[in-house]
Amino acid sequence: MLSLFERLLGKNNHSAKAVAKDRLRAVILLDRADIPGPILEQIRKEIFLVLSRHIDIDESALNVDLEKEGDTVALVANIPIRRVKAETDGHPPTSAW
Amino acid sequence: MDKLGENSGRVIVITSGKGGVGKTTTTANLGMALANLGEKVALVDADIGLRNLDLALGLENRIVFNIVDVVEGTTEVRKALIKDKRNQNLALLPAAQTRDKSAVSPQQMKVVVSQILDEGYTFVLIDCPAGIEQGFKNATAGANEAIVVINPEMASVRDADRIIGLLEAQELRNPYLIVNRLRPKMVKSQDMLSVEDVQEVLGASVKLIGIVPDDEAIITSTNRGEPVSMSDTSSAGQEYRAIARRLRGESVAFPTFEEKDSFMTRLRKIFGGN
Repeated sequence: MLSLFERLLGKNNHSAKAVAKDRLRAVILLDRADIPGPILEQIRKEIFLVLSRHIDIDESALNVDLEKEGDTVALVANIPIRRVKAETDGHPPTSAW
Repeated sequence: MDKLGENSGRVIVITSGKGGVGKTTTTANLGMALANLGEKVALVDADIGLRNLDLALGLENRIVFNIVDVVEGTTEVRKALIKDKRNQNLALLPAAQTRDKSAVSPQQMKVVVSQILDEGYTFVLIDCPAGIEQGFKNATAGANEAIVVINPEMASVRDADRIIGLLEAQELRNPYLIVNRLRPKMVKSQDMLSVEDVQEVLGASVKLIGIVPDDEAIITSTNRGEPVSMSDTSSAGQEYRAIARRLRGESVAFPTFEEKDSFMTRLRKIFGGN
C-alpha cells in the first residue's frame, strides 16, 4: 500500500537518478576504504605473525580482504586453523619478530 | 599558513579531478565577476602544456610571457600578467604551452603566488589541470582555499570525492562545491542526480557555493572569448555573478529553477513527501 502511495507521489527507487545515487554511494564507500595491495599484504603477514605465536596456521590459506556489506566496508580475514599450540608453563609461546 | 607574503589576498584553487567538467570556464567567469565587483583578480593557468584559460578569456593573442618564464627568472611576474582590456582589475598569468608540468615545482608555484599577491591582487584564482599528478600538486601548493567543480554525474562526483581527500592532505579542508551543468528538468524527472544527492554522497565536508545550470550561452560566449558572467541574459552568467558575491561573504540565495508547481508536486507537498 505504501509503495503504491510512493509511486503515486512520484517516488521512484528505480529512476536513473536513484540508481546513480545508490551506485555512487557504494563505489565511493569502496574508494574511501581502498587499501593499497602492498599494505594489505603487509597486514596479512603481520596478522599471521601474531596469530602463529598461539595458533598453528596455514599461511598460504590466510586470506585478508575488503568486503562491502550494506553501508559499511569491513576488513575480513579468513584464517584456517590447523591446531592451537600448547601453552608452556603458563606463558604464551613467543616467536621472533 | 604557509603563505610567503604579508598580504591578505585570497588564493583559491579551482579543481575537479575529472577533466571537462568546467574548471577553466568557472575560473574565467568567477575572475571576471569578481573583477566587476571591484576586486583585483589574477587568474593563473596551472595547466602547463595544455593552456586553455587564455581562450576562455579571449586573451590568446596577447601572450608574451608565461608562468615558466616567471619561474625561470626570464621576466617579472608584473610583466607576465596580461591585463584584460575590458576590466583592468582582471589579469591572466598564462601557462606555458610548449613545456610540461615538471617545468614548475610546488615550491616555485608558492613563490609565484606570493609575488602576485605582492602586486596588490586581492584574489588569485588558480585553474588546476585535471588529474591528481604533478599538475594538481603544483596548482594546490600556493592555495589557501579550494573550489571543487563537479557535474551531476557519477564519474565526476566519484573523482571529486578523491580530490576532496587529497585537498585535505594538503591542508585545504572544507572546500567549496560548485555543481556545474545542472539540468533542472532532468532532475525533476528523476533522470539526473540532484544537488542534494551530490551533497549527501560527498558528505558535510564540502560547502555548496554555486549551482550553475547547463546553458548553451557558455558555448557561444567561450567561442567569442567573452566570459558568460558578462552576459545579463544567461542563467549561468547570473549564477557565476552570484557565486562571486557568495565568495566575498555576501548571502545570495541559490537558484531554484522552479517553474510553476505541477499538480503532483503540490500533492506531494501536502502529503509531506519528498
